[in-house]
Amino acid sequence: MTDWFALTPDEWVAIRLSLKVAGVATLAVLPLGIVLAYALARGRFRGKALLDGLVYLPLVLPPVVTGYALLVLFGRKGVIGAFLEDAFGLVFSFRWTGAALACAVMGLPLLVRAVRLSIEAIDTRLEEAAGTLGASPLRVFFTVTLPLALPGILAGAVLCFAKALGEFGATITFVSNIPGETQTIPAAIYNYTQAPGGDAGALRLSLVSIAIALCALIASEALARRTRRSGGPE
Amino acid sequence: MITFNASLQRPGFTLDAGFETKAGLTALFGPSGCGKSTVIRLIAGLERKGRGRITVGGRVLMDSAHRLMVPPHKRRLGLVFQDAQLFPHLDVKANLLFGHALTPPAERKVGLDAVLAVLGIEHLLARDVGSLSGGERQRVAIGRAVLTSPHLLMMDEPLAALDSARKEEILPFIERLRDEMGIPILYVSHAVEEVARLASQVVMLREGRVVASGPPAATLGVLHAEHQGDIISFLQGTSATPNPDYGVTRLGHPAGDITLPGLIDAGAGLRVVIHARNVALAREIPPRTSLRTALAGVVEQVEGEGALVLVSLRLTGGEVLRASITRLALDDLGLAHGVPAYALVKTAAIDRGGVQGLRA
Repeated sequence: MTDWFALTPDEWVAIRLSLKVAGVATLAVLPLGIVLAYALARGRFRGKALLDGLVYLPLVLPPVVTGYALLVLFGRKGVIGAFLEDAFGLVFSFRWTGAALACAVMGLPLLVRAVRLSIEAIDTRLEEAAGTLGASPLRVFFTVTLPLALPGILAGAVLCFAKALGEFGATITFVSNIPGETQTIPAAIYNYTQAPGGDAGALRLSLVSIAIALCALIASEALARRTRRSGGPE
Repeated sequence: MITFNASLQRPGFTLDAGFETKAGLTALFGPSGCGKSTVIRLIAGLERKGRGRITVGGRVLMDSAHRLMVPPHKRRLGLVFQDAQLFPHLDVKANLLFGHALTPPAERKVGLDAVLAVLGIEHLLARDVGSLSGGERQRVAIGRAVLTSPHLLMMDEPLAALDSARKEEILPFIERLRDEMGIPILYVSHAVEEVARLASQVVMLREGRVVASGPPAATLGVLHAEHQGDIISFLQGTSATPNPDYGVTRLGHPAGDITLPGLIDAGAGLRVVIHARNVALAREIPPRTSLRTALAGVVEQVEGEGALVLVSLRLTGGEVLRASITRLALDDLGLAHGVPAYALVKTAAIDRGGVQGLRA
């Protein structure tokens, strides 16, 4: 019975890879997510509605379409992919970095939404007060806006991380399903379900997925509650 | 000190105001929605759509003709918001020092110790801002602004969100800032007692325009009969006799003593603000009445034709006291130009906030 629950070495590889891909994706997309959230929450510029739409697009698009778009843009022959390989030697296609990119794109809307809500909850007069006290706009951002939005940023990062762990469609379309390189937990589960006798492995990895996702959601909720508390004037 | 000449268009509202102020405390006075806060925001640089020219202490902060717009953080002005706007993620000390740390050392004229002493907030230093009372929050907000050694301190209705007890707690601190620290102050308010008590100069705004500007007694006197709620008179006492047994002060006046609801500090200004709506008129002093203040005078003018009229009484000694009474009472008593009458004022109707140094 205990053997049945024991994870095989291949499964451990998939779990470790998943955590690495999701972790790198979340950390890499965090600065961009915060800047986008700030621009959407506070900015007044042309094309804001378009930017808003683009950021949220992966949320409503079929993941396969997102994955295909990444393949076209970031593949070795893609416009951006070819440039990045020439300039920085950075390759995405069929590498774990590509899996991280797909996860980042899919997690971005969730991150931006959480951060944006927490920035919008900050009274703009606090930022104005900091300005009249001599703080430049950049300093206001780092000393007032960012600390006050921190619970929302953490909540958004956790959501993004959880989303990245579960990402399947865009990842498999963009970087395929290579064990040890791009085979994350969902891809490994998919493999198990396609092969005879893979039920036990699929169940084991599913339980791992459920456990990680549940932890992430609980952490995110707890952080969101703190945001609501610290967002008000009291 | 300030020269202000600016206009701003917004849907349903136009500001087009010009005024100049001297050092000391200038009150920007007017009803809600008259543009007071917009003027402050233009001076602070938080409102960027305005046109015109603004200078503070000779320094040009905005000049739309020359496309000049100094950003808020380079203006070196202090601003105190109505609801304090303390940083919730910092404690009281960090809030106080936020702007002080950003002030170039050579320009730091105000030190933490002096501010703590003047505002009486030393015991709050380690506290979390969430645990402060409304009055404490406002004092910390004032201290935070003063600690940047501003060229001008602007306060946007700093007492409006506080009850009258908290107001009386803060008013003396504002007087100390004005008198001991010598910081020019622009004080926004729609409370006539505050303005009368604090200001050496009043700029009165109505619907985005300056309708009067000058010393308080002259400026606040131009309030017309259609704004009866705001109409006040100033009376200057000649002596003060406290009665500690009863907790009142009798203020000497040529037309008769005025009984004040509290004990007055020695050396206070002895200037009283009385609302026209709190003054009754009588042809003779009523016998056996609870009214403690009856001032003798002669009716000089009657304004208004509605249910209520505004009667100006020239008191013995020359000051004018205005009373809002019904037209019915006016005709009943036969009051008209030249008729002698007494102005009766209930002590309870005198706002302590309008008398400097008066304590409960």
